[in-house]
Amino acid sequence: MYGLKKDWMLEPRPRVFCLDDYEGAEPRWCPGCGDGAVLSSVQRLARDKQLPPEKTVVVSGIGCSSRFPHYMATYGFHGLHGRPLPVACGVRSRRPDVHLFVVTGDGDCCAIGTAHWIHAIRYNMKMTVMMFDNNIYGLTKKQTSPTTRKGSHSNVHPRGAPLSPINPLSTTISITNASFVAQTVDWNPVHLYQTLKKAHEHDGLAFVRILQRCPHFTAKIWDDFQHDPNKILLLDHPDGIPADDTLKRIYKNSVAHDPTDIGAAHEIALREDVVPVGQLLWNPNAERYDHAAAWGVDMSAADRLEGAQSSMDRFLI
Amino acid sequence: MTALASVAAERPTDDTEPGALTEVQVIDQHIIEFVSDSGEGAQTAGQLFGTVSAKMGNGVWTVEIIPAEVEPPHRSKAGASGNRIRFGTDEVTNMGDAADLVIAFNDQVPYSRIDIGALQEGTLILIESKWADDVQASIREQYAEALADYNARGYVVHEVPMEKECLKIISDPRRGKNIWAVGMVCAVYDRDLSYARKEVHTRLIKKGEKVVQTNIQLLEAGYEWARANLPLRFQVPVKKSEIDKVVMNGNTAVGLGAMAAGIELCSMYPITPATSASHYLGSAFHNAGGFVHQAEDEISAIGFALGASYAGKTPITITSGPGMALKTEFIALAVMCELPLVIVNVQRGGPSTGLPTRVEQGDLLSALFSQPGDAPKIIMATPTIAECFHFMITARKLAETFRGPVIVLTDANLATGQQPFERPVMKEEWLAPPLDQSPWDPNVRPFDWDEKTGLSQRPVVGQRGGEYVLTGLAHDERSKVAYESAINQRTMQHRSRKLATLQKTLKPPKLYGDDTGDLLVVGWGSTRGAIEEAVDRVRADGGKVSSVNLRFLSPLEPGLKEIFGRFKNVMTVEINYGEDANWEGVTAENRRYSQLAWMLRAQTLIDVDCWGRVPGIPLPPGRIEKELRDRLNL
Repeated sequence: MYGLKKDWMLEPRPRVFCLDDYEGAEPRWCPGCGDGAVLSSVQRLARDKQLPPEKTVVVSGIGCSSRFPHYMATYGFHGLHGRPLPVACGVRSRRPDVHLFVVTGDGDCCAIGTAHWIHAIRYNMKMTVMMFDNNIYGLTKKQTSPTTRKGSHSNVHPRGAPLSPINPLSTTISITNASFVAQTVDWNPVHLYQTLKKAHEHDGLAFVRILQRCPHFTAKIWDDFQHDPNKILLLDHPDGIPADDTLKRIYKNSVAHDPTDIGAAHEIALREDVVPVGQLLWNPNAERYDHAAAWGVDMSAADRLEGAQSSMDRFLI
Repeated sequence: MTALASVAAERPTDDTEPGALTEVQVIDQHIIEFVSDSGEGAQTAGQLFGTVSAKMGNGVWTVEIIPAEVEPPHRSKAGASGNRIRFGTDEVTNMGDAADLVIAFNDQVPYSRIDIGALQEGTLILIESKWADDVQASIREQYAEALADYNARGYVVHEVPMEKECLKIISDPRRGKNIWAVGMVCAVYDRDLSYARKEVHTRLIKKGEKVVQTNIQLLEAGYEWARANLPLRFQVPVKKSEIDKVVMNGNTAVGLGAMAAGIELCSMYPITPATSASHYLGSAFHNAGGFVHQAEDEISAIGFALGASYAGKTPITITSGPGMALKTEFIALAVMCELPLVIVNVQRGGPSTGLPTRVEQGDLLSALFSQPGDAPKIIMATPTIAECFHFMITARKLAETFRGPVIVLTDANLATGQQPFERPVMKEEWLAPPLDQSPWDPNVRPFDWDEKTGLSQRPVVGQRGGEYVLTGLAHDERSKVAYESAINQRTMQHRSRKLATLQKTLKPPKLYGDDTGDLLVVGWGSTRGAIEEAVDRVRADGGKVSSVNLRFLSPLEPGLKEIFGRFKNVMTVEINYGEDANWEGVTAENRRYSQLAWMLRAQTLIDVDCWGRVPGIPLPPGRIEKELRDRLNL
């Protein structure tokens, strides 16, 4: 390839990607699992944004939802339990040119990967982080997760979870340099898609908590909210995720929350009577660690060599 | 460089005639130590003197004397901080045995050195004399008692009014006394003061020209005082070298090696004694287009590195034993998913937090085996500071060619020790190739293992047609999750056989000494210099002993069984715990061998013996020599 320009290949026609181009292996999620809805949304988003599959990377941890990359036809990294964020940050550090999605779960992110969750939010490197929250460890068969509600039965706590759950929204909002926090639900594909689209367009790390049920172990946890749409608080703002008419028809309980208002975001995140959906936080001025970490990615070999030589010369006798 | 020129122009004392106080003794090498309370600058003084000696053309090896705390109690054994410098006419490969001269800033710090046998009868002690007139009676008494004790032990004490002399120039002699002491020692060893002036300038110019000038004054005052008052004059002749040389410590060499290898990312978490490598990279990496990422923990540090690796850039992560333990799961992932990565383990004393600042070679077996399941990987060990540099280039290439992690074991001795070596002339072919973004042939699977070698090429993010999902689950050639028995057997085999493939390309190790004999000493890593010096001494007395240093530990270098067969006995010398054969509780079944011995016994079926000690300091050649003599009944 030496001597040729990077775009030496002649494309007779511009490439056009359709949904097939993003479809990998056939999903093996259980019937009734909402993970498939998220997968479809991401594939649609990739198609709508015409993301070249070779320039798209999906990084995941371990858990049911973390099988996600296998079902995409892009590059994927199905790594270790709790560790997708360090890997994704590492990908981003030297590759400002790729589109980056992270799939994690309530156990992966809020338990074993907690340190990385906090610091990745602070690093604010451009990526879309989808935290699939079904309030349970599914793959390992029903253990209490950090978001399991107090008193819920699991195989580890048959008499009920001993503690109230961690609040992933208020926690994330509280982390210094958080730049984008949103919540959506897997049972409303319109809102799910719009949220992921906004997250993907965000300049920084977008943290999206996706509420879902596990058809086997937490099948009924959102029943109340599904049966009574008034228990959903629709966050609707031009700077957030603007709700279209379909959403407004279903979710009459809406508030024009300005996502740049971190105090209001915090209050909304802490509400227990309703489930907020939409964008809670947006900080357009957050620092971007990926800008620092990409130092020198385009440096030529000659300059690298010169830099190393002159550094060595300082130690000459 | 005008400042430097003006410094050089003002050289007043270089040509000072040797004083009439004493005859000049010509010697081929000496070992000196600067010891002080932590924070008094003995480490800087030692480094400065070592650099000056190296630049003049002496062979040099330095060892830091480091307390574990930042500022431990004053005037205490535990607080001793400083530097040992062994310098000689020829190349120096290790720290040597007892010190010939000790510069002590108080009477208590030398006891930390006395306790470990660093002093011997006849050792000269130049001691700060101000404690004789201290306001506290208890300190005056301690000082008098210590001096009497030194004399009783046969040390030769010279009292030096260091602070008193410094006060003629500065108001706070605690800052600056170290440079005065360097001046004094420069006079004792007939050092060319212009080198010392330059070094002071280089080290202090950041603090401003005035600070430089004050310190040069102190340097010269120390020199003059010694010429006028100390009856000590030694000359260690220098050999001017035709080749360009550099002098640095092993951690700096690792950092420079990473730059010369074209590595772009160092992802690390602070841990003693590894961190100074990242400090160096932090100060220089940007010149070569690199970035140091300080992660939130050891796990994240390697995870971040592997993300960059997956995206096409081979990174480095630098840590020590406890950090290695935390990185274990990701190391296994790198093996399983065949991600190139250079891992440097600057070994310290273990287990657990162990001896953070001190040397041990205790991580060989854990590097080999600590991952879940079978995780074959390349492991190398650096015997010298020059190799800390060169191994980085080799390690990156091996990581990419053999598609996996390469662990490079160095240790606290190499990390902080300074030694001059030939300046490597860097080449463009040492650098990582540019990121390949050309289309990938979709017929080539992401793990298209070659049946014979286990090798395969990997697509990187951005290569059209190469899209695959890396997974830590068992997977087939297409990187698809595969639980079938036959696939698991086959893929394990491919990963394992890569090491055999590499071994076929290696040369048998070179022996030090004769090809046959009564005893072969096998070592690895930083003990090489001390072992070879011990072998020299024993051979001078007719002992039929040779030695060999292994630089590849996984796979082992070829030909070992044949080499071992040429010697009546084979033993390893290692800085990790090995049970002695003559302990009354030992049996053939319960003897715990040192780590390399354990491996060699398993791989060669030869009855390899061991001598494994964990003193927390480098093994002195004299201790090894004694052991060899015992084994040979000399």
